[in-house]
Amino acid sequence: MTKQKTLPHQQYNAYWYQRVLAWIIRNFFSSITNTVLTVLLGYILYVTIPPLFDWLFIKATFSPAESRAACNPDGACWSVITSRWEQFFYGFYPEDQRWRINLAFIILIMLTFWMLFKKLPARKYAGLILFLVSPGLCFWLFYGGWGLPVVETGLWGGLMLNLIAGGVGIVFTLPIGVILALGRRSELPVISTFCVIFIEFVRGVPFITVLFMSSVMLPIFLPDGIVIDKLLRAMIGIAIFGGAYMAEVVRGGLQALSKGQYEAAYALGLGYWKVNRLIILPQALRIVIPGIVNSFISLFKDTTLLTQIGIFELLGIAQAATRDPNWAGLGKEGYIFTALIFFSVCLAMSRYSLHIEHKLNQSSHKKRL
Amino acid sequence: MVLLNSDLLDQPTDNTNKIIEMVGVHKWYGQFHVLKNINLSIRKGERIVICGPSGSGKSTLIRCLNRLEEHQQGDIRINNIPLNKNLKNIEKIRQDVGMVFQQFNLFPHLTVLENLTLAPIWVKKMPKLESEKMAFQYLERVKIPEQAHKYPGQLSGGQQQRVAIARALCMNPKVMLFDEPTSALDPEMIKEVLDVMIELAKTGMTMICVTHEMGFARTVADRIIFMDKGEIVEENAPEIFFNHPKSERTKQFLGQILRH
Ligand SMILES: Nc1ncnc2c1ncn2[C@@H]1O[C@H](COP(=O)(O)OP(=O)(O)OP(=O)(O)O)[C@@H](O)[C@H]1O
Ligand SMILES: [Mg+2]
Repeated sequence: MTKQKTLPHQQYNAYWYQRVLAWIIRNFFSSITNTVLTVLLGYILYVTIPPLFDWLFIKATFSPAESRAACNPDGACWSVITSRWEQFFYGFYPEDQRWRINLAFIILIMLTFWMLFKKLPARKYAGLILFLVSPGLCFWLFYGGWGLPVVETGLWGGLMLNLIAGGVGIVFTLPIGVILALGRRSELPVISTFCVIFIEFVRGVPFITVLFMSSVMLPIFLPDGIVIDKLLRAMIGIAIFGGAYMAEVVRGGLQALSKGQYEAAYALGLGYWKVNRLIILPQALRIVIPGIVNSFISLFKDTTLLTQIGIFELLGIAQAATRDPNWAGLGKEGYIFTALIFFSVCLAMSRYSLHIEHKLNQSSHKKRL
Repeated sequence: MVLLNSDLLDQPTDNTNKIIEMVGVHKWYGQFHVLKNINLSIRKGERIVICGPSGSGKSTLIRCLNRLEEHQQGDIRINNIPLNKNLKNIEKIRQDVGMVFQQFNLFPHLTVLENLTLAPIWVKKMPKLESEKMAFQYLERVKIPEQAHKYPGQLSGGQQQRVAIARALCMNPKVMLFDEPTSALDPEMIKEVLDVMIELAKTGMTMICVTHEMGFARTVADRIIFMDKGEIVEENAPEIFFNHPKSERTKQFLGQILRH
């Protein structure tokens, strides 16, 4: 028994070692061109990576400080972030009220996990609570009233604001996109023409223009006395802009379905809405998951433009921080930090969508064969 | 010119017994005249086979019966309900008329059982358990109860078509339309589908079937309708149709199709 155990193990080691060597030669030194490229790239990495690593971590200063004077000038000065990291996450939200935001996000995250994890019970209810109850609850926690002190939206800011605006955008763009896509294919000319014009107009305009219009022009059209909150206006702008893009993504999915699916569903006596809800959309949306997630990701990144209309989301806070005389000249640190945060959130989204796709592909592979 | 079998004319013209009535029906696709003056009445329990060359308008004719296509002139009544722009009527007629397609058209994202229970639950508001019980009865009848929890893509063509038949039957229709139900199948699967259709015919279901399976037509049909260029050229009982075709066009068609 013991012989059998040790012998293959030793063999395996030697074998493994050789295999790695073989792999390296095969992949990096298989030809002269390949060898030259490998050496060149190796040299470039050798020249760039160690100093970058030095600057980012080894020589960097992480501890909070009064000003950049306290930082090692040869390394990154992360103190600009650690000294006021709360601002990066909460904006100017009053310090003693920040627990409300934490609580709201914890609730949202827990509900999302409950909804997405197959093994947990009663996932349907998690979805219902998430989409019907939690928006109101979170709004109450964020804004206040009914026993909680009111925190005006002007004080909201930082990453929290990107997440709120992005989240609201994501929740609304899909339904708006679906309705516009169905409308575009409608047999009633009034509806299809309206949808085509709406989609083409919104898509043909830069997002920043939509934001300016929603923040500057919308109030002009509203009757006197009615004031819509600036953040709300911006979120309407996001939803409309994202919705127009989403409509085209959804339309791609609708076009991929055969006419036979509609005919079979209508022949069974189902009406227009049921045909779309039960037969067409479940299939069409599944086909375009990559496109949908792509739209979500760009929408989330587009929330950085809110700074342009005076709403201080994460990038705005980072810019403001590095413009502070005490920290002047630390733009690099601010941008790197912001980029890293956005990168992590977007990476999570795209990984999750790949995971879903993979799962659906597996089951549809089984289905097709 | 329509040649009628005198036996059929002798049938009592009992209106209550008529389930489908087409009078002077015309249809155009743009300039193209697809259906020309179609007059056809079908009694309850009758089994009709429609045949004719490709492009003669067979599919268009039966698709007009559940408003998958709209006719532009003439009257269609199904179970005495006029088929017109009235959405309520269309809805009622579609519940009474089941359809089976050449390409099966099962819903690939739903299991076989869900394919069957979808319409009873959402159109007839039948409770889920009851609809599932019924679905199993029909799966029994088409001889594939063991596939209930699979997805359509996991079944063979013949099995899929039998599921499609069961799906239509679950709405408890008064008429079943078949548009070349075996044309997309491999030869060895044609029989299993035809067997199910023969069983169905024995139950007294009114059936209208577009098919080139002349053996099936001979044994099952009460009447065979031959169409060419959008017209009904000849309609007769199978013995007369096959043995003493009246029009030249029918003879030519039969000559081509029976040679194989
Ligand atoms: N949506 C459409 N638009 C224009 N022309 C059409 C349309 N559908 C069918 N046609 C034409 O109408 C004619 C009749 O078509 P139909 O499908 O009813 O023929 P068919 O008898 O069922 O033929 P097949 O045996 O090939 O199925 C054909 O010439 C076809 O090209
Ligand atoms: Mg056809």
